[in-house]
Amino acid sequence: MKTLLKKILAIFVMALAITSCSNDDETTSPVVNELEGLTKFKEITNTTHTIELYSHTGSTVQGYNEIKLRIKNNANNQYVKNAEITWMPIMHMAMMNHSCPNSEVEKITTDGTLYEGYIMFQMAQNETEYWDLKIDYTIDDVEYTMTSVIDVPASAKRTVNTFTGSDGVKYLVAYVDPHHPKVAVNDLVVGVWKMQDMMTFPVVDGYTVKIDPRMPSMGNHSSPNNVNATQTTAGNLYNGKLSLTMTGYWKINLQLAKPDGTIVKGEEITEAVTSSSIYFEIEF
Amino acid sequence: MKKLLLSTFLMLLPSIISAQDTNNSIIKEQSKKDTIKPIQMQEVIVIGKKAQLSDKQSKTLTSIDDYLQKSAKVDMIKRGAYAWEPIINSMPTERTLVTIDGMRIFGACTDKMDPITSYVEVSNLSEATICSGQEGACFGSTIGGSIDLKRNQNNFGNKKWNFNINSGFETNNQQKIIGTALNYTDNLFYVDTDFMLRDAENYKAGNNKEVLFSQFKKMNFSVTSGFKLSKNKLIEASLIYDKATDVGYPALPMDVSIAEAIITSLKYEYIPLNSIVTNWETKLYFNTIIHKMDDTKRPSVPIHMDMPGWSKTYGYYSKIKAKYNKHNLLVNLNSFYNKSLAEMTMYPADPNENLMFMLTWPDVITFYNGLFVEDNYALNCHSSIKVSASIGNHYNKIESELGLNSLQILYPEMEAQNSRFLKSFSANYNSSKNGLEFGFGAAYGERAPSITEAYGFYLFNSFENYDNIGSPNLKNETSLEGNVFIGLKKEKITLKMASSYFRISNYIVGKPDTSLIPMTIGATGVKIYTSLDYASIFNISFTSEIKFSRELKWNIQLVYGRGKDFNNVNLPFISPISYSTSIAYSKEKFSSEIVIQGNAKHTNFGAIYGEDKTPDYAIINANLGYKFNINKSKLITKFGIENILDTYYSTYSDWNNFPRQGRNFFVNLSIIL
Repeated sequence: MKTLLKKILAIFVMALAITSCSNDDETTSPVVNELEGLTKFKEITNTTHTIELYSHTGSTVQGYNEIKLRIKNNANNQYVKNAEITWMPIMHMAMMNHSCPNSEVEKITTDGTLYEGYIMFQMAQNETEYWDLKIDYTIDDVEYTMTSVIDVPASAKRTVNTFTGSDGVKYLVAYVDPHHPKVAVNDLVVGVWKMQDMMTFPVVDGYTVKIDPRMPSMGNHSSPNNVNATQTTAGNLYNGKLSLTMTGYWKINLQLAKPDGTIVKGEEITEAVTSSSIYFEIEF
Repeated sequence: MKKLLLSTFLMLLPSIISAQDTNNSIIKEQSKKDTIKPIQMQEVIVIGKKAQLSDKQSKTLTSIDDYLQKSAKVDMIKRGAYAWEPIINSMPTERTLVTIDGMRIFGACTDKMDPITSYVEVSNLSEATICSGQEGACFGSTIGGSIDLKRNQNNFGNKKWNFNINSGFETNNQQKIIGTALNYTDNLFYVDTDFMLRDAENYKAGNNKEVLFSQFKKMNFSVTSGFKLSKNKLIEASLIYDKATDVGYPALPMDVSIAEAIITSLKYEYIPLNSIVTNWETKLYFNTIIHKMDDTKRPSVPIHMDMPGWSKTYGYYSKIKAKYNKHNLLVNLNSFYNKSLAEMTMYPADPNENLMFMLTWPDVITFYNGLFVEDNYALNCHSSIKVSASIGNHYNKIESELGLNSLQILYPEMEAQNSRFLKSFSANYNSSKNGLEFGFGAAYGERAPSITEAYGFYLFNSFENYDNIGSPNLKNETSLEGNVFIGLKKEKITLKMASSYFRISNYIVGKPDTSLIPMTIGATGVKIYTSLDYASIFNISFTSEIKFSRELKWNIQLVYGRGKDFNNVNLPFISPISYSTSIAYSKEKFSSEIVIQGNAKHTNFGAIYGEDKTPDYAIINANLGYKFNINKSKLITKFGIENILDTYYSTYSDWNNFPRQGRNFFVNLSIIL
């Protein structure tokens, strides 16, 4: 009996190992698949390297995008593990160019090949205006660069609010998570940035994003026990709790408050005010 | 208290109910040899025998609800013309226990539109046994009492076929009733079948005011078949199939498109010979209910919604009756496993928007295992002491992850499972000597919160106009109860005054929570079920029957109730003084009766529960019947007029004060071939 169990266990472990390996060929350690749940949406090539860009959805869209990438050496098809990477997304408009909030690009694990970061495209492309992404990287003190157009269609639901606050500062508030909302208490993640200049969009620290989820189709019904989004550490995204009592279309009304409590934008929902001027939309 | 005493005094009159002692001998060959019969306190409403409705009743084909509300202990919360909710000792479904031949069945409607009594028909039943308080704890935990609906019990005998046709018509709502019953009996085998169909349009309240959405259609089929395994062993299988469609609930914002039940059981009965055990009955049962609320026929609703519900119950009981010296023992081991699920889907005005879906009952398992023991000890030939006790384990589990997640929005710490231990105890003394009867008793009982009270999610109560949310960590409701009765039973006169008092601790009610925003469009707010310190309910009834002659009888029944919580706030659905009196004349094949029935003004109403003052009313009914014998066949005819004066009225137990039926002529015919 014991030996039989051992055999089954052995077969099981082997099966696991084989299936994990089959997806990626050469690089990763045999058990962990770095690309689990990711889909490649772009490949950019220059003479020396190819950069593969991945996201969970297999695309990029207006709003917050978590992007992972890896660099392949075209000479030997090996993935580079020791690159230093920076990126710069640029919106090319008729009259001007500007960037958007984006993070540093960091390696996920020391042994892995994947790098990650986020880009929050605050506006969508259109027929004449487009986004491109310039990636600069350094391998063994040699600098390289690549630039490619990135497809940023408009999001179906409102996930970004760009506005000038009562303090005159231009803010950007974006919906990050949950990707797949549930009838439950969801972990809510929100990003808050401000526009310092056309190319610089630092994270705003110490504010509070007040939330009030409502169902406009159901008499503007709200849900209990929501927790406003706040930061745990400066420079990070904001975390809160979002209660959703049923499926359907929800409007998450927002108010952005300064550390001293001053509301820089957004209205409280009352009988008369059924919607705030800044909000997110979700539907599931 | 003064008022109570006063009203006690005021009660000087008796009943329409034919109350009689229960005697459960099933197999004819086993005649009881008891010299001392235990004195029973329950009330028994006779409906009929062997699919042949009792010709003693004034309106044989009336609803079960109508039969039950004749009891002094029972009243009905009415949300329409159909499926009334029985309340026992002024307590609704959560605090009572309604069984069909000992089987536990749970309605599938979150809005209590399908009490168990709505899934059977009068033609299925022979009688209803009503027990007050803990005397009703035989098949599970209760606070207010129990109703056991007893099915027809056939006997083995000489080979015989029996065929009945029942038919009726009522003018007020054009209710058409047609039913058949076919029975076969021989020495080893019997089969009873019956079928009944009711189809009613909207009824009209007094002054010919049509009550929209009060129509209903109902079909009921039942079959019971028994086989004698040996002289003292019997096996019996039974099935009830009930389907109601297009049922209107004028007092509610929604109707019912379908309510369907399948109720099955398999019973084994053993009657040992020359043993202290006199009867051992074991039953396995299963029932399943589908209930779908529907608002598509309502002219204007803020948002259309579907609210289907499902309830499935598996269970068994094994009941042993024994007689040892002066002890009459009853032991009942019983268990049930119920699964209740209810959903709500709302359709947004914009058809491109996703449907709004939630679970209002999160697929909850209730698994109960209990043991009930009763000893009726005869002190002497005229008095006895009855002691009973029960213990049970009540286990709940939320099966649906979505349902659990939903509730965890409000109760982040709650777990899917919850186990409770329930106990009850009661003791009664009864005496009957030279026609003078009296008795008194005390009892303690507990109950677990109902699924709605523990796990309901945004359930709208149109009476209070609040959404209600359950509370999974409620304490058990516990009740201390005292009861007393005194009566006189002489040849020409029967009088009985009975009273009960309940002090219910951790009394479960919904309490407004202003921090929550209602889901239902137009609702005032949200209530969360909480436990009040305690509440007390007092009931008193007086019934009398005076026989002026063999033909002429005068019945009186008076009922009064009072219910308050620990802050002296009135509880809902507590009866004001309610009276009925009837004079019946019957001679040979002819019977006739005139009834006056009414309520005093309902002034002690529970305003915070949505009640308001209900004016007094009185209505007059009259009926007559004649029994024809044609060869070997019988034709029983009943004619009557209800609400002769076409009074427009509503009672304290009518949901949202909707009006009761106006003048109605009925005819009931039963042909027995």
